[in-house]
Amino acid sequence: MRTLTYGQAMVEGLRELLESDDRIHIMGQYFLGLTPQRALVGELAAEHPDRFYYPPIAELGYLGTAIGAAMTGMRPIVDLATASFMFQAWAQITEEMANIHYMSDGQTKVPMVFHFNHGIRGGGAAQHSHSPQAMLWNTPGMEIMLPSTPYDVKGLLKTAASTDNPTAWGDHVKLFMMEGEVPEEDYAIPFGVADIKREGSDVTIVATSLMVQRSLAAAGKLASEGISVEIVDPRTIVPLDEAAILESVAKTGRLVVVDECHRSCGVGAEFSAIVAEKAFGYLKSPIRRVVTEDVPIPFSPPMEEYVEPTEAKIIQAVKEVID
Amino acid sequence: MTTSEVSRDDLRSFLESMWLIRAFEEKAAEIYARGKINGLLHLGMGLEGVASGAASAMRRDDYVFGGHRAHAHAIARGADITSMMAELAGRSTGLCGGKGGTMHLSAPDVGFVTATGVVAGNIPLALGAALSAREAGREQVSAAVFGDGAGQAGVFHESLNIASLWKLPMLFICENNGYAEFSPLSDHTLVERLSEYAKTYGVPRVTVDGNDVLAVRDAIAEAVQRARAGKGPSFVECLTHRLRGHYEGKKSEYERSEIDSKDVVRIFERKLIESGDILRDEATEIARLARERVEQAAKAALDAPWPQADQVTTQVLST
Repeated sequence: MRTLTYGQAMVEGLRELLESDDRIHIMGQYFLGLTPQRALVGELAAEHPDRFYYPPIAELGYLGTAIGAAMTGMRPIVDLATASFMFQAWAQITEEMANIHYMSDGQTKVPMVFHFNHGIRGGGAAQHSHSPQAMLWNTPGMEIMLPSTPYDVKGLLKTAASTDNPTAWGDHVKLFMMEGEVPEEDYAIPFGVADIKREGSDVTIVATSLMVQRSLAAAGKLASEGISVEIVDPRTIVPLDEAAILESVAKTGRLVVVDECHRSCGVGAEFSAIVAEKAFGYLKSPIRRVVTEDVPIPFSPPMEEYVEPTEAKIIQAVKEVID
Repeated sequence: MTTSEVSRDDLRSFLESMWLIRAFEEKAAEIYARGKINGLLHLGMGLEGVASGAASAMRRDDYVFGGHRAHAHAIARGADITSMMAELAGRSTGLCGGKGGTMHLSAPDVGFVTATGVVAGNIPLALGAALSAREAGREQVSAAVFGDGAGQAGVFHESLNIASLWKLPMLFICENNGYAEFSPLSDHTLVERLSEYAKTYGVPRVTVDGNDVLAVRDAIAEAVQRARAGKGPSFVECLTHRLRGHYEGKKSEYERSEIDSKDVVRIFERKLIESGDILRDEATEIARLARERVEQAAKAALDAPWPQADQVTTQVLST
């Protein structure tokens, strides 16, 4: 099978969507941030000049515009660039986008996708490093996808653009150069179906986005020490494949959650709570969370490393649940 | 107000529309006072002229996005008053099955796409509808209706800028009643006429007497024509008086003696009688019929069953 980078797979997905559905329009152009591959988005925009909008830096206004467009027949894909800028659009996301289908008792659908680049990317400091997926998860009325491979980002995007629900699409900038197999044929990955990224028997790790890749690296090292780790990647947290998580914990009896949200009320906190509530009897040791500390993200490189979930912290946590 | 260029039938329709809105809100106030409506109730008595004027100047397939005080626009567009009253009362037969309530009415089949309880929150939504209409070549226009309180919000300005930049077929309809929630406008801004903001963004603007329904109709018709012709957005500021307090139970900002002279429905009715376009008895009959319709609607609404508990989890997402 051919190999693409995450960025190439993403842009290929966007291209196929623009070609297959003329209701799809794209607002914004920083899907790949300011990374070296950003020219791919520029090429796509040049191919489809009438399908791209370049909004002013007014996230509340243009995200709201996309919502209104989605309510009346368009299927916009909106880019908010860095996840931290989402807070500028927060009122429209939480008050309007997520509520309209419910408040109208299903009369009005909001088929849109909004994209953001989340996480600690190096030097982003407190205002360009957010992972707001837990805050989004606390807002019923949208689906949330957090891909971790080139294959997943393209396949999930296809599903996001075809449903009648608003979808939050979070990418991690550090995934963009990652290479992986992507078939030439068209495919879509259904929401709510976890992927076992690595099979194992001693410890279950549940992780999303970049943390899947970091956990895979940690699992490789642990394997050489004779510790077998299973990695469950839910791929979408709304809807969530709870069964896959619970089945894995039933098999291994141990859980480490790796998540880039902050510790308190993070995505990792919710995974932990679900397992504690529904699979407590299978647990041989307490659940461990490897998550971002409850501090704003600092700028200096060693400080950044101190607060984020690292490979070394994952390895340590796995060893602790086994001891 | 000149009534000469308008047919008697049209004048009569305006009066019927305004009386229906007034009767609906009077009834809602009464039911609310009896404890049959939950939460806060924001009535727009005094703003009927804007709703009736706007609706008469727009097509059925045009879009209107209301704010937290938008019963009038839903009714003027033709939303079913029984379903509306049932929604206010939280019943299963409500326009939104009891999930929306007074501030979140939604009747997209008559072009009242949605209302929002967040001041200025509807404005970018209306921009989006204007965008999708233009992209699909549908020649529809989209209107956001908001009060003077919205003018100080950031998203109001973001939206004016985007509408102007992208030349969207969009109407900004401002109901300037001089009060933002409880406070006079002067407490919130030094800008007295919100249409002044439109000037900055190069959006054509007009300020009209919102108590003159025909003036409102004409101003909006002109803005609609401009939008349909691809000439971009317009701003129509209607100077109005909200005769009730910010919410029911709160005293009106006006003195009792002032209210009659500021009441758009009475003003219009008096003018029609004085000009001979309608007989006093006919006017009385129009009001009576409106109250009778509303009475029946309210009875049906309050007789309707409450929603079932299992409905709570439906429509969170589309399946």
